Amino acid sequence: MIFAVLIPLVLALFIPLISKAKHKVHTGIFVLFIPLGIFLYFIRYIGNDFSPVRHTYNWIPSLNINFDFYLDGLSLLFVLLISGIGTLVVFYSIYYLHKTEKLGHFYVYLLMFMSAMLGVVLSDNVFVLYSFWELTSISSFLLIGYWHHRERSRYGAQKSMLITVFGGLSMLGGLVLLTVITGTTSIRSMIDQVDIILNSNYLPLILVLILLGAFTKSAQFPFHIWLPDAMEAPTPVSAYLHSATMVKAGIYLVARFLPIFVAYEWFFISVSLIGIVTLIWGSYMAVRQTDLKGILAFSTISQLGMIMAMLGFGTEAAIFAAVFHILNHATFKGSLFMVAGIIDHETGTRDIRKLGGLFTIMPISGTLALFGTFSMAGVPLPFLNGFYSKELFFGATTELSVTTNGLASFLSTAVPYLAVFGSIFTFVYSMYLFFGAFTGPKKFDLLKKKPHEAPIGMLISPIVLVLGVIIIGLFPNLTNGTLIAHAAQGILNSEIKPYHIHYWHGFDSLAFQMSLVVVGIGIVLFLTRKKWSNIYHVLPGKRSFNKVYDKLIQKIDDFSAGITNSYMTGSLKLYMSIILLTIIAVTFIIMFTTGGLTNISFDNLAEVEIIDLAVVFIMVLAALATIFVNNKLALIIITGIVGFGISILFVIFRAPDLALTQLVVETISMALFLLAYYHLPELRKRNETITTSATNTILAIGMGVLITLTGIAAHSSNWFNTISEYFVETSYKLGGGHNIVNVILVDMRGLDTLFEIAVLGIAALAIYGLIKVRKNKEAE
Amino acid sequence: MEYIILILAGILFATAIYNLLQKQLLRIIIGTVLLSHGAHLVILTMGKLKRGQPPILDDAVTDYTDPLPQALILTSIVISFGITSLLLVLAYRTAQENKTDNIEEMRGEPNE
Repeated sequence: MIFAVLIPLVLALFIPLISKAKHKVHTGIFVLFIPLGIFLYFIRYIGNDFSPVRHTYNWIPSLNINFDFYLDGLSLLFVLLISGIGTLVVFYSIYYLHKTEKLGHFYVYLLMFMSAMLGVVLSDNVFVLYSFWELTSISSFLLIGYWHHRERSRYGAQKSMLITVFGGLSMLGGLVLLTVITGTTSIRSMIDQVDIILNSNYLPLILVLILLGAFTKSAQFPFHIWLPDAMEAPTPVSAYLHSATMVKAGIYLVARFLPIFVAYEWFFISVSLIGIVTLIWGSYMAVRQTDLKGILAFSTISQLGMIMAMLGFGTEAAIFAAVFHILNHATFKGSLFMVAGIIDHETGTRDIRKLGGLFTIMPISGTLALFGTFSMAGVPLPFLNGFYSKELFFGATTELSVTTNGLASFLSTAVPYLAVFGSIFTFVYSMYLFFGAFTGPKKFDLLKKKPHEAPIGMLISPIVLVLGVIIIGLFPNLTNGTLIAHAAQGILNSEIKPYHIHYWHGFDSLAFQMSLVVVGIGIVLFLTRKKWSNIYHVLPGKRSFNKVYDKLIQKIDDFSAGITNSYMTGSLKLYMSIILLTIIAVTFIIMFTTGGLTNISFDNLAEVEIIDLAVVFIMVLAALATIFVNNKLALIIITGIVGFGISILFVIFRAPDLALTQLVVETISMALFLLAYYHLPELRKRNETITTSATNTILAIGMGVLITLTGIAAHSSNWFNTISEYFVETSYKLGGGHNIVNVILVDMRGLDTLFEIAVLGIAALAIYGLIKVRKNKEAE
Repeated sequence: MEYIILILAGILFATAIYNLLQKQLLRIIIGTVLLSHGAHLVILTMGKLKRGQPPILDDAVTDYTDPLPQALILTSIVISFGITSLLLVLAYRTAQENKTDNIEEMRGEPNE
């Protein structure tokens, strides 16, 4: 199974090579075989006798993070959607994307997404799941920003990235909490320990964090705002990521963790409520859109809300309907996106106000759209799968029976009405989408291109999907026992008998009456659309979650710019002061908290002689004088005094090599200083404010005291034995020299010395360059 | 003796830091020179002072000064010499090109 997941990622490496030949062969033709192969690999698992499969591959066993792939009914449904729709989308993209586009980039991102999405739905390990989850966000970001020269594309890409990654990080927090509570990283084992989780004090926090992840990814209210902007992506991407697969990852997550939370009342309240609100808001806003893909985006939001709500109900019937609708939504919405792409491709616009009467010119696309929109609307016809799942949804809403808590029982009574209310708008926008684009007066003079029917290759993918709509519609029980029941079983973690889905329930069926209400009011509202559309000036009016998002981003930008600009002033002095202050503060705090100065020993010190004191005294005077002297020649000479003082100290402390070297270096340094003396400007008197000089003094004294105290503390400690004995003993034996310091330098630490020479060489080259190389004025 | 040298090192550090925080290039370079002097004294003191004979093997001697700090300092002296000379030339060239030796006047443009 690991091959199926990682093969797209591995083969993506070769895409840049293949795409070099894109002018001869479209890169998509090679890519097509990858999802097709995966689809064929997994389709053999379909069947009535399916039982879950688990494959484990070690990755980081010490942290309990392994590629633990678990294929149950739910995963199988998603895997088939990802690879199946993936195949159709790649096929469609061959005709949609011209060879002059950057095909290499497109297919690399698409394959990356495919791997990531397969990983999400197959991983049993929560951290592996999280990694793949974020990879889907990243590939979605790259695909939305595919036409990165467009400002709207970049905006949409950033927005989706910020919102979904925010949710992803929240989810990680929830997963970490779950791991800590249960002591396992496997979702299966977590489900086995559901009692521990339900009794945990952190349960509300875990629920909120995990739902944040799911709601942002599945574009639930109020995080739905990223999805309409994600429509800037090429249409195959919208059909694939932003309708059929990636946005359903949130649904998948909720479904996956459902056995854990389903007994918790707030799970029902939050998921159902948000789902229903999203359903209503999405369909309400869809009617207002003018862009074909905008309508489809809000429609997707609304449909995702509906599935989410059904998961929130948590009853067997609702789960079954949810899974059925995941499949159905992928078929009709996928085909509608592709038709929208065809219209865009053939007419040059997606603005529904400029379109009309296309049915006569594009009869095939028109027919496909007819099936797609009517299925989406839930029109009661026996060959539309959307009707079945909508009817199951209505049925599920009426069977809710929560009696415990006030809010939950109120919600369960309100849900059927809210569901009907939202579905009326679903009906309206579906009709609006079809009749607005394909019937009515022809406005071809408004179009950039002369419209004509799409090439057959472009039509194949939507035709396959619409055939799916019809086949599932005609034989709804075909997928029932083989796929849907297993998926529902995977969600609920218990045995489920396959539901028998009927077309005809009789007039006394509550669900059917609800459908009739929806269709009836829907037709009226659709016909009188122009009259009531003023309501959008009242709600949402000028209010918009996009404005909240934009303001928030602006505020965050300003805030961080404010912080950064407050210290990144370009003044090296300031940077230096900040660094020093940090060193002083941190070291002092550590020194005092760890008791570094508690036992200072005054014994075992070397004796002091008069000459030592004299040298030290002169050096202190000279060092202090460097601050106060304002004559550059005097300053240089005084610095020399300190240097020569050091070499005298080296003599006193029995370091002949050091004394000699210091003497030589000091002499040459003096010569260099005197050379520079000629070229450098005279020193100026310091005319700094008292604050500046006080800060400088404090920092200087602080650092000095710190060094002295650190030295004293280090000198008083004897935690480790000295390693010097080793050098004394082996200097002659191993190095063959009597001068131990020399042996250490050239032999035992020979590489060190080699690099030291290299540093000097580089410095010499730099000095040569600085002196000799001049700008060639004439060449400018 | 060790503590006296450590205090001296502290004073060298303090004066070095004070010079480093000035505006004129020459003072900053002097600051780095003093800083390395201070560091050398600290390293040397860590191996204890005035114990035994200079670290040159001799059959008559059994007690030697710690050779390891000396080796470290020797490397450091040479490196700091390289730095000092590079900084000096850099200061010379900078002062020549920019007609100033004040680092506050050498800032880049905003957002550069």
